[in-house]
Amino acid sequence: MLNGLMNTLSVAFISLRVNILRSLLAMLGIVIGVGAVIVMVALGMGARELIGERIRSMGSNLIYVTPGASKQGAAHMGAGTVHTLTARDCEAIRNQCPSVRAASPVWNQQTQVVHGNRNWHVLVQGVTGDYFLVRDWQVQSGRLFGMHEERTGSKVCIVGTTVAEKLLRSDDPVGKDIRIRNVPFRIVGVLDGRGQSPAGGDQDDVLFVPLVAAHSRLFGTPFKDEVRYIVVQAESQDLISQAEHEITELLAKRHRTALGSENDFTVKSLTDMMRASEDSVRILTLLLASIASVALLVGGIGVMNIMLVSVTERTREIGIRMAVGAKGRDIIGQFLVEACTLTMLGGVTGIGLGIGTGYIFAQATNWPVLVSPIAVVGAFGVSATVGIFFGFFPAFKASRLNPIEALRYE
Amino acid sequence: MECIGKVYRAGSLEVLALAEINLTIEAGEFVAVMGPSGSGKSTLMNILGCLDIPTSGRYFLNGEDVADLSSDQRAEFRNRTIGFVFQGFNLLPRMDALRNVELPLVYGSVSAVERHRSAHEALSLVGLSDRAHHLPSQLSGGQQQRVAIARALVNNPDIILADEPTGNLDSRTSAELIDVFRTINREQGITFVLVTHDPEIGAVTDRTILIRDGLIASDA
Repeated sequence: MLNGLMNTLSVAFISLRVNILRSLLAMLGIVIGVGAVIVMVALGMGARELIGERIRSMGSNLIYVTPGASKQGAAHMGAGTVHTLTARDCEAIRNQCPSVRAASPVWNQQTQVVHGNRNWHVLVQGVTGDYFLVRDWQVQSGRLFGMHEERTGSKVCIVGTTVAEKLLRSDDPVGKDIRIRNVPFRIVGVLDGRGQSPAGGDQDDVLFVPLVAAHSRLFGTPFKDEVRYIVVQAESQDLISQAEHEITELLAKRHRTALGSENDFTVKSLTDMMRASEDSVRILTLLLASIASVALLVGGIGVMNIMLVSVTERTREIGIRMAVGAKGRDIIGQFLVEACTLTMLGGVTGIGLGIGTGYIFAQATNWPVLVSPIAVVGAFGVSATVGIFFGFFPAFKASRLNPIEALRYE
Repeated sequence: MECIGKVYRAGSLEVLALAEINLTIEAGEFVAVMGPSGSGKSTLMNILGCLDIPTSGRYFLNGEDVADLSSDQRAEFRNRTIGFVFQGFNLLPRMDALRNVELPLVYGSVSAVERHRSAHEALSLVGLSDRAHHLPSQLSGGQQQRVAIARALVNNPDIILADEPTGNLDSRTSAELIDVFRTINREQGITFVLVTHDPEIGAVTDRTILIRDGLIASDA
């Protein structure tokens, strides 16, 4: 049985080699299809990895509390939307939620910032000291706000590397004065560089001032001590959902939300967001891979075509084989093996092509491209299946030939 | 080994190829089947060779009624008991002589080593051991036909059926070929049935069956 298989394999290779151009063209569809699927899956997994990386760079165990019942994240609301979160809400969260390690309110507004003859339009954010704890963000030079500065809203600020570069070029920013809305502020610290946010924005294009300063010296607020959102850090990863629960209960009580009605705030953790984005990447990958599979299907049809032509060309040969004793299943087996050889060679080539393309792509774009071994094994299996499926009809046709007529075939 | 034919047949495809044939061939005979074109001798050959089934009547090969056999079983029968030689040689063009001769053994589930041995033996029987690795395109007509004979012999058949075996060969090669047939028939005891136009062959065989219009005209 095994040496029969070896024999059939060598016969298959001989047949394929005789018309090598035709064999290669038949394989092409399979090669492209398999290659495309491998690349799509690799890109998808890379995307997931990339997003995961960037989300993790935001800080760990993060929870965002935003006003309004909308399902957006830390969105910047325009005028007219609900204004219900206050700095005192944040204090309450800090003190009364045991699963919370740190929490900082944030009030921000896009503003012009000037130094000398240079200016820059930046989102000025008023925060408390906890912010840098929550975001895991250290200064690379200078220092953070002092307790006194926070409490009295001193005119001090901390800048990100992009702002520092835009306003002060290569000068050391620490100790320099800049004007925010024409109010002079002193730079006391420069933050570590962070790169791109998950949404693609520049995380270093930032400027922080104490929240009290933002409220009282820079931006008047229609509602006293309101904040745009609160960012919270849970004690640990396991306690994230516990913390979310505590925050929700606390704020519902403080805001006197009637029983059964919707809360006027939203609590969402970073892991929730990451899971959501993972889901969408996964769906996208599936979609892309399905489209690539169409190429595979077309390739299979191509193989079937070639096999049909091959069977017709070799009608006489099939007659001879039958005359000397080949049974129907011998003939089917022979042509199925030929079809599968074609598709599996194509599959292996496609896998190589997919991996190669993925590698080139990774070099070019710095996108992590992960070739999943599951996809490779799957592609292999699919090639074999395509061979069997699309090779069956021609093989069956071959086995049903009448040997007498076949022998007469010209 | 007996090859009993007791057969009544009528038509394939609305054509009455064979009307009524009653025929018995004993083991070891050297028989020629002759007749004009369209007389039905090819059809007779196909039935003898289990490539076709009679529409009426019965065919016994080695005492077994062929009609009971399925297509696969007939294939096996052909593999084990029958050897074919065709007018057009019908060798597989992309394989060398040795692999062509091996072919019946491949379908008989014989190991590779055994196959090689038997094939070499068969080739030496027809005097072509030195050409074992030539492709058919590298062999003359007579040599190709001898490879075909080796293929027919390789599985130790009981009967060899040859359909116009000398049709594509010149007279001298034809004579040589018939000699080979005779030698094998005498030395191995294999039954030979040759369908032919060639009256010279008829002269050499022990028995000549004349077919005309689907009936046996004479049998001597």
